[in-house]
Amino acid sequence: MKGHDLVDARSVTLSIRGLSKEYVPGKPVLQSIDLDIDSDGITAIIGPSGTGKSTLIRCINRLVEPTIGSIHFNHQDIVGLSRSDLRLVRRQIGMVFQEYNLVERLTVMENLLTGRLGFVSAWRAWRRDYPQEDISQAFALLEIVGLSGFENQRADSLSGGQRQRVGIARAVMQKPQLLLADEPTSSLDPKTSVEIMQLLVSISEKFQIPVVVNMHDVSLAKRFASRIIGMSAGRIVYDGDALGLSDQVLQAIYGGEDWMQ
Amino acid sequence: MAWGLLVLYVVWAGARLDFTWSRFVVGLDNAEKFIGRMFPPEILQPDSMLNGLVESLEIAILASFLGILLSLPLGVLAARNLMPAWVSWPARSLIALCRSFHPVIVAILFVKAVGFGALAGILTLTVASLGFIGKLFAEAIEEISLKQVEAVRATGSPFISVLTYGVFPQVFSRFIGFSTYQIDSNLRNSTMVGIVGAGGIGSTLFAAFQRFDYSFVCAILIAIICMIMIGETLARVVRRLLGVDVQKSDV
Amino acid sequence: MSKKVMFKENFMHPDKSMWQRHSRSERLTRLFLMIMVLAAVGYSAQNIEIIPEFLLDAPAQVKDLFVRMWPIQFGFYQKGVHEALMDTVHIASLGTILAVVLAVPIGVLSAKNLIRNVFVNSFARFILVATRSVNSLIWALLFVAIFGPGALAGTLAIAFRSIGFVGKLVGEALEEVDPRSIEALHATGASWMSVLLKGYWPQCEPTFWSVALFRWDINIRESSVLGLVGAGGIGMALDSALNLFQWTRVSLILLSIFVIVIIAEIVVTQIRKRIL
Repeated sequence: MKGHDLVDARSVTLSIRGLSKEYVPGKPVLQSIDLDIDSDGITAIIGPSGTGKSTLIRCINRLVEPTIGSIHFNHQDIVGLSRSDLRLVRRQIGMVFQEYNLVERLTVMENLLTGRLGFVSAWRAWRRDYPQEDISQAFALLEIVGLSGFENQRADSLSGGQRQRVGIARAVMQKPQLLLADEPTSSLDPKTSVEIMQLLVSISEKFQIPVVVNMHDVSLAKRFASRIIGMSAGRIVYDGDALGLSDQVLQAIYGGEDWMQ
Repeated sequence: MAWGLLVLYVVWAGARLDFTWSRFVVGLDNAEKFIGRMFPPEILQPDSMLNGLVESLEIAILASFLGILLSLPLGVLAARNLMPAWVSWPARSLIALCRSFHPVIVAILFVKAVGFGALAGILTLTVASLGFIGKLFAEAIEEISLKQVEAVRATGSPFISVLTYGVFPQVFSRFIGFSTYQIDSNLRNSTMVGIVGAGGIGSTLFAAFQRFDYSFVCAILIAIICMIMIGETLARVVRRLLGVDVQKSDV
Repeated sequence: MSKKVMFKENFMHPDKSMWQRHSRSERLTRLFLMIMVLAAVGYSAQNIEIIPEFLLDAPAQVKDLFVRMWPIQFGFYQKGVHEALMDTVHIASLGTILAVVLAVPIGVLSAKNLIRNVFVNSFARFILVATRSVNSLIWALLFVAIFGPGALAGTLAIAFRSIGFVGKLVGEALEEVDPRSIEALHATGASWMSVLLKGYWPQCEPTFWSVALFRWDINIRESSVLGLVGAGGIGMALDSALNLFQWTRVSLILLSIFVIVIIAEIVVTQIRKRIL
C-alpha cells in the first residue's frame, strides 16, 4: 500500500515573514524574506555565493539566529523559542550538509542512530540501547539509500557520495516533517551529484517530505526541483518553476553573461 | 656560539653553587662506601614495606579514578568552543591553579588540612590529575571539528548526547592517552608524597634513610622501580585492549 | 497522523532489528576491564584509613592556614629568599644540562636502528626506565646521603631523574629518522661520526631542543622542592619556615616559587617561538 494516499497535503507549513539577518550591523545578508513552503516536493534555492542562501536555510532550524522576522513551523513561531522547545522542533527538521558532517569516528549505524538522539534518553543513547523500531528503521533506510551491509563501517572509510547517503539517511531517521539540504552536492563530482539529487527526490516522494535545497548548480536545480527560488543580494527575486527560469531571470539573479552558455 | 655560552654558564653557575672538584671527589668516595652499604638489599621490615607499597598503590588508584572522573566535566566546562566565557574562564583558572604547585607542596598543604595519612595523598594527586588531564582534555576539545557537533545539534539532541556523540568520539583516544599517562605519573608520585606525611611507601623510605638502614633503602627502591615498571606495562596492555593508538612518547 | 502510518510502512525491515556496537569479544573485554577497575577502586577505598574527624575538621584547618599565611612577609625576600631562589634556577639548569649530556649517548644506545645489539639496547632502555621511576625527591635523598646537604646533591638528583625522560625521547626521535637519507650517506662512504652529525642530527635537532626545554621547565618546578630534604635551593628556606611555623614566610616562598615557574614557562614559550 502506497503511503501517499493517506497524506494530508497541508500537514506541514513553513511560513517565513520579514526575515532579516545581519552578521555585521548595517550589512544585512538577508533582507526581509517572505516565503511559504506548504507542499511536498523539492524546492531549490539558487543564487550567487554570499547571497544568503545558506543563511536562509540555517535560520529555519536556527543554527543561525535571525536578527528580525518570524518563522512559523506548523503554526508555531520558532524564533522566540527556548532551548528545550527548540530541540523539540529541530527533531522534526532533518538537515543534510555540504560536507556531510558525519561523526567520522563512529560507524555508519551509529551515525544513523544520531538521528534518533532527540527521541531517546541520553543514558540509553550512550549505551547504544535503542528501541527495536529504530534499529529496524535504520536497516530499512540503509537499503533505501543503497548502503546495505555498511552498518559497521567507520564513517571516515566511506567515499564522499556514500557519506552523503548516510547523511541523508540520518536526516530521514528523524521522521522529519521537513528536510533541509545546505549545498548537498557541492563537494561531489557531477555523476554523484545527480545520484544524490535522485535520492533526495525519491525520498521526498516516498515519505512525502518537503525538501528545501540550497544549490549553485542551476542545471541540477532545473532538472530536479519542482519549485525554484532565486536569490540575489539577500532578497528573493524569483519564485516559480524551472520553465520560468529564462536567461533574463538568471541574469537578474547572477549578473553577467559569460557564465551562461 | 650558543654552545660557548652554555659552557660559560655551566662554569659560572657551578661556582655560584659552590661546586668544587674536591667536594665531588670526596663525594665519590662517599658514594663508594654508600653503595657498599646499600648492597645487598635487605628487607628489614617486611610488614611496613608491604603496607607502604600497597598504600601507595591504593593512593594512585583512587586519585586517578577521582581525577579522571572529575576531569571529564571540568574539561568540558573549560572548552572555549563549547562554553561561554563566564563558564570557561573560571574552569580554566581552576585547572591552572591545580597545576601551579608541585605535588609535594600541595601534599604539605593537604597534610595540614586533613592530617597525616593517605587521604592527604589522594587529595594531592587528584588535584595534580585535574590540572594535567583537565588542561589537555580542554585543549583537545578545542581542536575538534565543530561541523560534526553542529550536525548532532541539528537533530534536536539534548546537550549530553551532543557531547557523547559529537564531541567525545573525536577526543576519546587522546583522552585515554593522557589518562593513562597521568595514572603512571600518579603511581610515581604516590611513592614520594609519604616523605611529607601523605601516606604510602615514601614515609617508610624516609624513615629508613633517617635510621641509616641503607640496605633497606635499596630494597625499597628496587620494589618501587618494579612496581612502576609493572604499571607501565599494564598501561600499554590496557590501551591495546581498548583499541587506542599506542602513544610512543609517554614518560 | 497519516504521516506516521506512512513512515511505519516504509521503515519496518522484515529481518533486521538487531545491532550491537561491539562484537562479543569486544564486549567481554570491556566488561572485564570495567570489573577490574571497579574492584581495584572499591578495594582501595575500603582499605584506606580515613579518619572522619580529620575530614570534618578540614575546612576549619584550611581557614586557619590561610589566616596564618596572610599578610605575606615581603620584607623577608631580599635576605632569605632571593639567593635560594637563584640557586634553584641554577640547580635546574645545570641538572638539565648534565642530564642531556648523559642522556644522549644512552639514548643513542637504546635506538634500535642505530645499535643492533639487543643486549645493549635492553640495558640502555633499562637504565632509562629505572632513572625515570625514581622521583627526583628520592634521588635527592640518596645524593644528600652521599654528597652531603647542598646544591650538589640537588643538581645530581635533577640530572639523574631527567636522564630517563630525555633519553627515551631522544631514542624515539632517532628511531623515527627517515632511513633513506641515512642510506644515502652510508652509500657515499661517510664515517660513522659523519653519518650521526649530518644524517641523524638534522632530523632530530628540533625534537632535541623541544625536549630539553620541556624538561628544563619541569625541572624548575622539581628543583624548588628538593630543599625539603636538604638538597639546596628554595626548598631549604621552605623547610625552615615550615618547621618554625613561620606561615607568612611560607606564603612568600610559595609565591616566589609560583612566580619563577611562570617566568620559566614564558621564557620557554618565547624560545620555542624563535627556534622551533
